[in-house]
Amino acid sequence: MNQKVTRQLYMLPYTLWMIFFVIAPIVLVVYYSFLDINGDFSLANYEKFFTPTYLKMALSSFWYAFLITLFSLLIAYPTALLLTRTKHKQLWLLLIIVPSWINLLLKAYAFIGIFGTYGITNRFLEAIGIGTQQILFTDFSFIFVAVYIFIPFMILPIFNSLNQLNPALIDAANDLGASKWTTFRRVIFPLTMEGVKSGCQVVFIPALSLFMLTRLIAGNRVITLGTAIEQHFLVTQDWGMGSTIAVFLILIMFLFMALTGKRKRGV
Amino acid sequence: MDQKLSPVSKFFLIVIFVILYAPIFFLVFYSFNSGGTMYDFEGFTLEWYQELFSDTRLLIIVLNTLVVALLSALIATIIGVIGAIGIHSVKKRSRKNAILSLNNVLIVSPDVIMGASFLILFTIAGYQLGFYSVLLSHIAFSVPIVVLMVLPKLYEMSPTLVDAAKDLGANSWEVVTKVILPFISPGIMAGFFMALTYSLDDFAVTFFVTGNGFSTLSVEIYSLARRGVSLNINALSTLLFLFTIVLVVVYYFINQRLKTNGTGGRK
Amino acid sequence: MKQLVRLFLAIVIVSALLLWGISSLNASQGYSGDNTLTVYNWGDYIDPELISQFEEETGISVIYETFDSNEAMMTKIQQGGTSYDVAVPSEYTIDKMREEGLLIPLDHNQIPNLKNIDSRFMDLPFDPGNQYSVPYFWGTVGIVYNPSMIDNRKLTSWNDLWNPAFENEILLIDGAREVMGMGLNSLGYSLNDTNVDHLRAAKEKLDELTPNVKAIVGDEIKMLMANEEAAIGLVWSGDASDIMYENENLDYVVPSEGSNLWFDSMVIPKTAKNVEGAHKFINFMLDPEVSAQNTEWVSYSTPNKAALPLMPEDMTSDERFYPSEELTKKLEVYENLGQSNLAFYNELFLEFKMHRK
Repeated sequence: MNQKVTRQLYMLPYTLWMIFFVIAPIVLVVYYSFLDINGDFSLANYEKFFTPTYLKMALSSFWYAFLITLFSLLIAYPTALLLTRTKHKQLWLLLIIVPSWINLLLKAYAFIGIFGTYGITNRFLEAIGIGTQQILFTDFSFIFVAVYIFIPFMILPIFNSLNQLNPALIDAANDLGASKWTTFRRVIFPLTMEGVKSGCQVVFIPALSLFMLTRLIAGNRVITLGTAIEQHFLVTQDWGMGSTIAVFLILIMFLFMALTGKRKRGV
Repeated sequence: MDQKLSPVSKFFLIVIFVILYAPIFFLVFYSFNSGGTMYDFEGFTLEWYQELFSDTRLLIIVLNTLVVALLSALIATIIGVIGAIGIHSVKKRSRKNAILSLNNVLIVSPDVIMGASFLILFTIAGYQLGFYSVLLSHIAFSVPIVVLMVLPKLYEMSPTLVDAAKDLGANSWEVVTKVILPFISPGIMAGFFMALTYSLDDFAVTFFVTGNGFSTLSVEIYSLARRGVSLNINALSTLLFLFTIVLVVVYYFINQRLKTNGTGGRK
Repeated sequence: MKQLVRLFLAIVIVSALLLWGISSLNASQGYSGDNTLTVYNWGDYIDPELISQFEEETGISVIYETFDSNEAMMTKIQQGGTSYDVAVPSEYTIDKMREEGLLIPLDHNQIPNLKNIDSRFMDLPFDPGNQYSVPYFWGTVGIVYNPSMIDNRKLTSWNDLWNPAFENEILLIDGAREVMGMGLNSLGYSLNDTNVDHLRAAKEKLDELTPNVKAIVGDEIKMLMANEEAAIGLVWSGDASDIMYENENLDYVVPSEGSNLWFDSMVIPKTAKNVEGAHKFINFMLDPEVSAQNTEWVSYSTPNKAALPLMPEDMTSDERFYPSEELTKKLEVYENLGQSNLAFYNELFLEFKMHRK
């Protein structure tokens, strides 16, 4: 009993934060979602969400977020693994994070320059004989740049997990005759699951509401729920509809968390 | 664990770093462009750097940005660690998942909605907009990511560690500072750096909750987009980038020096 | 643990130093003083030298804040908690702000330079009698294009864009009213049409344009057009003049079916603290020499008649950016269509964006 009280006491800053900055905004958002454009109470927004336009948008957001998370994981995991084997691993890790501190808009402009028709990538492609390609405004460039943005977020937790792996476990697996791949599959990967899950959460969830990149790199050829929310909140000033979409984003997130949350297991 | 990296692995890492830094070098390259744009390099000039030093307003904005980033990341890390420890100690799985999902609401929320709802909350509370409202907001959206970075480390920690410490006579405070915190410190660092990233890059939330002449670099850059980002921003980013790299490298090597001096052996 | 404590202390010390730096810089600039004026404007929309000049002439310190969209700016002012003395919204936002009581009426007696504004830009529907606003810059919406990329064809109308030869060659700006307006104008309807059938017809016509549309972008359209990423762009005239300055191959035309006439004007929000200073600032910006210098720096079109003789002739005689009165008569200013109509415009625009998938 005493333990519970002490815990509640030291948790106070966190609990306060949660009440003021999470619960209160959620209440606000849910409240607004029931207001239609004239400010009257109605379910019109929810009806509108279940129309083809918005459902397509939701599916599209989901799909792209999934792809971005997948590719981030595929690239981040080997990178993190290799990093743990370098001599100055903490330094390299920090150097991976540093580019993420340069402003996003500037980096997007840089990518527009790099992927442009007369940019450096196309000049390279010309030089090796493939010829100029349309790189900007494609799914490829969008996912590429999105993965670029999210990579540090995926690398960090995985690196942390890998770093505290007991090397004796790997040696033991080797001694027992496991191949490199089997060691990875049955020993390393499961033990770093927590880091992987963390990374996926930190990438998938924000990727659902990307809208800056969809305009800058994809030229609005990719539409996410974020695009719609931005439009509703700022242009139409229809906070009701914007909030409704937000409610669905939050629900999708809850679902995702439930699927990847702590399952009933031993330790 | 100082395995030699195979040439393929080294090549992979090099490619990753090249891609990570490509946009940065692009920006640095064009900061010397006398042509004034980020395409069409006309000639070499230092005028953009000179312009920087006479722009006091921009200088104040940079300092503002740094202070908000550092302080918000610091405080968010403290609150986040408290939260992570608290969540970790919750026994009931459903309750744990519920709190975690609430924790992640801000990560999934589009910035526009966060900004708008925070603005409403501040105005309801009659709070003047300015430095403190921005600081509070940045702390608010950084806390979840700290939690997500610290939690995996807590799960990886064997509970027997805590038991052993208690058996040896440690009180609660010592358990926390001498056992738990050191073990999870990679997670704490990861959370801190991610919080820094979130803060430095944020535009929408800051824009909505700022006032009284307080502005950050992100807000300034996004506002410039309509007219075209002038190259003194490139110059500024280059300087900040170089400064950060130097800082990171110096910090790392000082740390290494202190570590070997302290324990008298390699880690 | 020691490492954590060390880092913590380092950060606290650095932050303290930074805070001290900030406050001393602010004080040296007079920002924390009493005699200040807060100006809320688009980024890079004023010659910084003029701000210094104003400060010298009046002794008032100018605090400058920037925004990147009308709606965001309006939301900030609406919510309160800020105290902007002068803001520079676009015309349709001024209309909205007027209706919501967010503006303070201007005292024309304190703005004698008002007489310098060309009369065809005064007393417009969005602010009758200029009770609340004074025009700052103006322009049109039109087509910027690269003749060399489209076989030296000359474009003159919106309908020209539907030519199948322009497949994947058009960039549109991300503005519902601008794009829907193009659809409406091309069918002969008004930009302020609220008839549901007309709007649907316009949207369907736009759907037909999709094969020609390469992308729908924001401000980066300038970089893209100048870089010749596409041959044709739907842009504001101000953007066009910037683009053409960078790339001389490009030309700008206001389509013959009609188009939008836009204004960015100075207003005084109701939360202003220094109303007298605000009037002084507005009057200062309307001075012919100040206006001429500002216009040359920003390079958009000025509504200030008295400033025109003081500017380079090749700028002021360029009909593309200073169209004649008979041309401007054909152009329409956006009216405030009301929230539900606006919402409908945006729904259609969203559907148009989704159509390409």
